[in-house]
Amino acid sequence: MSTIHVRTTVNGEPTEFLCEPAETLLDALRNRLGLTGTKEGCGTGDCGSCSVLLEGRLVPSCLVLAAEAIDREVLTVEGVAVGDALHPVQQAFLEQAALQCGICTPGLVVAAKSLLDRNTNPTEQEVRFWLAGNLCRCTGYDKIVRAVMDAAEVMRNETSEVRA
Amino acid sequence: MSAERTFEYIGTRPIRHDGLDKVTGRANYGADFTLPGMLHGHVLRSPHAHARIVSIDTSAAEATPGVKAVITGKDIPKTNAKLSLGEAAMELGPMGDNALAHDKALYEGHAVAAVAATSPEIAREAAEKIVVVYEVLKPVMTVDQALAPGATILHDDLVTKGKPLADAPKHTNVALRMELKRGDLEAGFAAADLIVERTFTTPMVHQGYIEPHACVARYGEDGQVLVWTTTQGHFIVRDASAGILGIDAAKVKVVPSEIGGGFGGKIPVYLEPLAIVLSRKAHRPVKMVMSRDDVFRASGPTSGTKVRMKIGAKKDGTLVAASASLYYEAGAYPGSPAGAGAMCVIAPYTIPNFMIEAYDIVVNRPKVAAYRAPGSPAAMFATESVIDEIAQKLGMDPIDLRLKNAAQEGDSAPYGPKYGPIGLKQVLEATKAHPHWKAPLGPNQGRGVACGFWFNAGLNSTATVSLSADGSATVVTGNPDIGGTRVAQAMMVSEELGIPVERVRPTVADTDSIGYNDLTGGSRVCYATGMAVIKAAQDARDQLCARAAKIWDVDPSCVAWERGRAIPLNGASDKEPLTVSALAAKMTATGGPIVGRGAVSAPMAGPGFATNICDIEVDKETGVSRVVRYTAIQDVGKAVHPSYVEGQMQGGAVQGIGWALNEEYIYDEAGHLENAGFLDYRMPVASDLPMIDTVLIEVANPLHPYGVRGVGEVPIVPPLAAVANAMAGATGVRFTDLPLSPPRVLKALSGA
Amino acid sequence: MATIYFSAALTDFTGGIESLTVDVPRVRELMQAVTERFPDLADPIEIMAIAVDGEVYQEPDYLKLGENSEIHFVPRIAGG
Ligand code: FES
Ligand code: FES
Repeated sequence: MSTIHVRTTVNGEPTEFLCEPAETLLDALRNRLGLTGTKEGCGTGDCGSCSVLLEGRLVPSCLVLAAEAIDREVLTVEGVAVGDALHPVQQAFLEQAALQCGICTPGLVVAAKSLLDRNTNPTEQEVRFWLAGNLCRCTGYDKIVRAVMDAAEVMRNETSEVRA
Repeated sequence: MSAERTFEYIGTRPIRHDGLDKVTGRANYGADFTLPGMLHGHVLRSPHAHARIVSIDTSAAEATPGVKAVITGKDIPKTNAKLSLGEAAMELGPMGDNALAHDKALYEGHAVAAVAATSPEIAREAAEKIVVVYEVLKPVMTVDQALAPGATILHDDLVTKGKPLADAPKHTNVALRMELKRGDLEAGFAAADLIVERTFTTPMVHQGYIEPHACVARYGEDGQVLVWTTTQGHFIVRDASAGILGIDAAKVKVVPSEIGGGFGGKIPVYLEPLAIVLSRKAHRPVKMVMSRDDVFRASGPTSGTKVRMKIGAKKDGTLVAASASLYYEAGAYPGSPAGAGAMCVIAPYTIPNFMIEAYDIVVNRPKVAAYRAPGSPAAMFATESVIDEIAQKLGMDPIDLRLKNAAQEGDSAPYGPKYGPIGLKQVLEATKAHPHWKAPLGPNQGRGVACGFWFNAGLNSTATVSLSADGSATVVTGNPDIGGTRVAQAMMVSEELGIPVERVRPTVADTDSIGYNDLTGGSRVCYATGMAVIKAAQDARDQLCARAAKIWDVDPSCVAWERGRAIPLNGASDKEPLTVSALAAKMTATGGPIVGRGAVSAPMAGPGFATNICDIEVDKETGVSRVVRYTAIQDVGKAVHPSYVEGQMQGGAVQGIGWALNEEYIYDEAGHLENAGFLDYRMPVASDLPMIDTVLIEVANPLHPYGVRGVGEVPIVPPLAAVANAMAGATGVRFTDLPLSPPRVLKALSGA
Repeated sequence: MATIYFSAALTDFTGGIESLTVDVPRVRELMQAVTERFPDLADPIEIMAIAVDGEVYQEPDYLKLGENSEIHFVPRIAGG
């Protein structure tokens, strides 16, 4: 099998690696780039723990080929915080105790960020439906939904402050 | 126990210390670990539910380039050893045979061989080249099949333990029959005005932790073993792996990773002994990770059950007699939680006459593991459904009926001893007073209520608290943090020493770095390990007082501790109080490092009670139902960090809702699992659910210095019946078989 | 004086006797007294936990018994 040379951007950094043709983006991120924040819960697209943004679109990286990242931008949980400033979603997860074991958290942080990138004023229902692809077995989702709503509010206030 | 103690830190909601790593993806879980030169293991699993292994030819696999080791059951010694540490006694023979089959494959997915190779792909391809000749046997998939006359027998040497019936066959699939009884059953039922009897079934379900089992093992040429693994109890992994393989526990060091959920399912060892043996053969570290398919087929779900329940009541609602038969699938080896189910089944109520029997039955399914309050949910589903029906038939409010019969302090539990202070009545009163209970229902909606009961394990825990020269502290324990126990332990140190939670660093140490700790499970960490932490902090505090006495040159009896400071008493009243920081700064001069130790063997604490109120809406055209409002009420003793207590209640409720509405293992007749993935094994997702409201009732547990009670398990007990009772309200049909999936509901509605 | 209550599952091994009162200082001596009196009980109770005045212990061998202590043998419980 011939390996593929992938030139891509991961969390804002130009990145290169070699991979097998059938290798998933999840495996490449974890095993080639050492970005183990993205988790594998199922490998079949059903749990959302491997969620990343590919060109800003929320995808399960276990269903994406590593080669599909060529010349595109990938954002993983490791790239959500900017410097030492946590994203409002991350801060809200901490404050709301929206994680117990935390294995679902990276996927949920990425998924919630992608929602709030589009809509900083989601209803509870919109949050629940947006996150429906991310399984969490520990929390019953209550505190996760609250955290995302809180983060949305923080982001709305931030933008209005900027405007003012 | 000072009931009036006011707390400075306990009951607040600080941010957990391990939180930042977990929201940024830095935290390392089981599969995140790698070592130089590491090989990848792959397990070959039986395609048959029941088969004798005639022969295994591994030569083609061994000849595959990149393959460094192949093992079969021959490489795992057969043992009769038991591990009495941990929760109940663990039989290591079956645990080893379950990890890698010796003579028979006892369920589809049972491991029969394993390969270590330079890549996961090579390992998998090589495993497929292993030729196993099976003599396929008839599988036994249900308790009814297992008990039928002439049933295929799984284990030739199995004898029924406990109290087998006089006419029971010698050759059997029943591993245990136990009995609990009191009073005169016949007279009790004769005195009843109303008797309700029904048979209930619950399916085998999985804990559904999102992180699959994973480990890395390295066997050194000197016999020293290192294991990194995701587990609820790394001391159990050490002792079980060492016991199974016949090596000295002191030669094995187990380092726990962060753990991505367990709920009881990450107590047994599956991969670790295989990884150790593969590493020994290959002379290289070996990593093993289960796929989700493996997790479903070959880790330990909880028992499918059948429960016959009969309760007699007087017109005024007094319960006078109960009889119950509990049949629990153990999976391939003995060990279902049938006995625990029997102890729980009528535990919330004082019923003078009862007879409860419970059967532990082997079937050709994966060996069950613990799952949150193991044994109780299925048992209480039966009880709480029958109680609901009795209330309905007597025209009584279901909470009033329960209150009338609720056990309280001094009543004898059905399993013997008298209850200490328990909070069932308070929980029921709070349920009745909750606005949810009185709120109007919409069209096609029904409301159900149910109680839950579960124990609170004690067991062994060790903790150390060390001070740094700047007055900050570390607290070290040996319990993997599944849901916020690190921060709770730091809060306890803060409470005892009077230093802020941010200045206490909590750590989970490996098996070499702290004294023995039993597992994270049994609702015990905040309670029992918490006791060890408080003891260690108090030990450190006493040392601080002694240092103050030294500095002041007074007798230690002249020093007391008050809100983070050593204060002078009579005979030293001219001295200025000394803070932790001031005392820590003088450590070297006053006698060296300050290290507090705490070790406990905690008794089981008074049990926990909970109730849930569930509103469900049913689409009568499709059978699809939706939980529209949900409230969980629980006696938590004392909530250390209320957010994480609420989280336990919410998460447990939702697991129970999943069990009630959708989740089930579906096997075909040949014993093949048909839904070994999250697509077809349908766990609740965010859009299925409403917010889960919580009410925390605090009835102090007298065994714990703060009154803490275990909170992690009882939340999963009430939902099964709460949902089914709500469904009965919405549809007028009483459902006795879970899950209440749309086809089943639709069928019942069209038949009604 | 401590009184031991035998559950239905255990009375098979005690010849139907449901309780036994003994004058012993600690659980250890109590266990000796019980197994001396009912040798068949040794096996089944070995794998059970012991409730002393309502508190359930795994191995309370050296626990002192009170004036009117009540002892029950209860199955060990596994938790999740
Ligand atoms: S691992 Fe990709 S969705 Fe589960
Ligand atoms: S916090 Fe454990 S799965 Fe979500």
